Amino acid sequence: MATQQVEAGAAGHGAEPRGKRGEDGQATYLIAIAEALWEEMERDERVFMLGEDIGVYGGAFKVTEGFIERFGPERVMDTPIAEETIVGMSVGAAMEGLRPVAEFQYADFMSSGFDEITTVLSRYHYRAGVPLPVVLRGPSGGGVRASSFHSINPEPWYAYAGGIKIICPAFPSDAKGLLKSAIRDDNPSMFLEHKWIYRRIKEQVSEDPEFLVPIGTADVKREGSDVSIITYGAMVHKALEAAEALAQRGISAEIVDLRTVYPLDEETILRSIEKTSRALVLYESYRFLGIGTEVAAVIAEKAFEHLDAPVVRLAPPNVPVPFSPPLEDAFLPQIADIEAAVDRLAGW
Amino acid sequence: MTSIQMPQLGETIVEGTILKWLKREGDSVERDEPLFEISTDKVDTEVPSPVAGTVRKILVEEGTTVPVGTALMEIDEAGAASGAASGDGASGDAASSPASGAAPPAGATADVSAGAASSVGSSAAPPPAAPAPAAAPAPASAAAPAATAVATVPDRGPRSQILSPLVRRLAKEHDLDLAQIPGTGSGGRITKADVMAVISSGAAAPAMAPAQPMPAPSAGIGDEVVPVSHIRRAIAEHMLASTQGTARAWTMVEVNVDHLVKLRERVKDAFQERYGIKITYLPLVVRATVDALLEYPDVNGRLDGENIVRHRFVNMGIAVSYDAGLIVPVVKGADGMNTIGVARSIADLAARARAHQLTPDEVQGATFTITNPGPYGSIASVPIINQPNVGILSLDAIVKRPVVIDDAIAIRSMVNLSMSWDHRVIDGELATRFLARVKQNLESWDFAEDLGV
Repeated sequence: MATQQVEAGAAGHGAEPRGKRGEDGQATYLIAIAEALWEEMERDERVFMLGEDIGVYGGAFKVTEGFIERFGPERVMDTPIAEETIVGMSVGAAMEGLRPVAEFQYADFMSSGFDEITTVLSRYHYRAGVPLPVVLRGPSGGGVRASSFHSINPEPWYAYAGGIKIICPAFPSDAKGLLKSAIRDDNPSMFLEHKWIYRRIKEQVSEDPEFLVPIGTADVKREGSDVSIITYGAMVHKALEAAEALAQRGISAEIVDLRTVYPLDEETILRSIEKTSRALVLYESYRFLGIGTEVAAVIAEKAFEHLDAPVVRLAPPNVPVPFSPPLEDAFLPQIADIEAAVDRLAGW
Repeated sequence: MTSIQMPQLGETIVEGTILKWLKREGDSVERDEPLFEISTDKVDTEVPSPVAGTVRKILVEEGTTVPVGTALMEIDEAGAASGAASGDGASGDAASSPASGAAPPAGATADVSAGAASSVGSSAAPPPAAPAPAAAPAPASAAAPAATAVATVPDRGPRSQILSPLVRRLAKEHDLDLAQIPGTGSGGRITKADVMAVISSGAAAPAMAPAQPMPAPSAGIGDEVVPVSHIRRAIAEHMLASTQGTARAWTMVEVNVDHLVKLRERVKDAFQERYGIKITYLPLVVRATVDALLEYPDVNGRLDGENIVRHRFVNMGIAVSYDAGLIVPVVKGADGMNTIGVARSIADLAARARAHQLTPDEVQGATFTITNPGPYGSIASVPIINQPNVGILSLDAIVKRPVVIDDAIAIRSMVNLSMSWDHRVIDGELATRFLARVKQNLESWDFAEDLGV
């Protein structure tokens, strides 16, 4: 599909995202996401955004702050509090050739549009031969004391729908490169921004407008030889801290960041297992039927003869995300839990 | 027809060697009559017949090592109605049922009546019911599965039998004999690292593969070449595993046993007359040691993964040498016996060990072990721990020595008691307190009454 350029130089007239990089040029995860949106809005005028309070208010987490001034209310569209309508409008707009990017205040609320997402968005291309280049974005995940309505990891529900690419980046660069890829992709995708990472993690991020990260590729964030930790989202950062502590004790953990949970990059996972022969699958969606369940099954099925120990899963129990801080801490895998799980695995 | 299979003599035994057939094809056998002798990693024994009848077929040659459960022979039961399935041995029957399409109808084990051995089982398309020549030698390999599993690993710990998929694959790819690789993982498991260490050391050639013909050893003219026996191999593996798998330390005390020597001189004839066995120092030492084990239960324990198991009872292993090598029969429940009971038990076990008549159960379950090289003259020994025990006590020779008693030099009968112990489980203080307790018992107890003479 041809790309249509908006007039050049628009960004040079003082209009830019409100959120800025730091003096050192580093971008937070949130800024990197805003940059990806901004660049793709500038690059292709078919791209537009819709969601609750994304205009003047700048979005629940201020990702889209400053956008309405630059791109106007027709491309930064405030909607009623009706998620089913947001998805339905996105589907309709995509049918007509636009490239909608819908924001949800919390990924929890996507389930109000569940039917539109799972039966329409995921299957329409199959049924009608019409691709739907829709991106649904929303903040997911726990660890921020936001309780059970604002903390979930909905990726397994939508991965199960089958026709939607599910992206869960852990780093600013990956977030920027993957969101740009998702907007350019003719297939529907769900872009889950872990809210614990938003302002915590920053790094140098490419300013090249053509910087893209391919969807469906995992990335080894830390090389190791003894145990593979297969994870994604906020758990990547906990795993990296745990790996540092484990290294002090002589255990070398390799960390595979899935980045995209559907489709799964089996090749990278299996390559890591061939190297370490031991797998800890760490994930923040529920333990039962969460994303890691599939990862564990793939490893058991395809890397059986490379395993020197059983595949171990570490994930929250299937209960609501607690509000009480001690309970939420107990619910989510913590660094000490990861260390303990790796110790058990290494000593198996 | 009853199929006789390689029995499992102990839960960790995976294979056995047919030493000798005591019956030939066509011989009649009584129920419980010995059929053959086998040798396993734990014990050599005779296997009795579960039924009375006639030996139809012998399937495995003498000297062959086969996995547990392998069919070894077929016996036609006396008086069994033709065609009736025998009561047990269902799996064996199935193994010998004919290939589909062959002559006998369903119900099929169908021992064709009479004495001449009919080949029912050979699956490779024989003409229907073609009688085999009665004198044909039994094909030895017929029943031995071609794929002897990679998984024949000696029992070196509670998890030593667990072989991960990776370990199995590496062993296969590099043609490694896992029985030769000590496991350093938890519970004695062979880990990836253990296998990789062997591969990278270049020693990836099978050394003493079970049931394989020995590679021609390079021997000079006049050298005698003796194949490694089953028992020798089991001892080698057990000793090596212990050396590599324990943190062995050693402590010795010397004990004044002058009064025991005098006691024995005084009562030995009466004892022999009354109990029919000789009294030696060993039962006295066992009694003194049992008391110390009960006082210091860590010494009477074993390391099991993350736990130390302290046994509530004392099963005393006694090292006995015999013509085949060394075996450790166990005085079960030694803590419930007086000195006479211990003496009787040791005499009985030692005699049956030398006659190859121990049952597998009698060589398992020791919680502590005593070795007794004293009669051969050694005055100090450093034994290897009999895993999974924590310690092994060595009773060396009693010798007369000048010793200082109350600032005067005197001649006394002295003995060195030493113990190899596993520093993973206990420390030097405990080991020494334990030995001191044994010493104190031997020096202070009056055994005269206990001996009943």
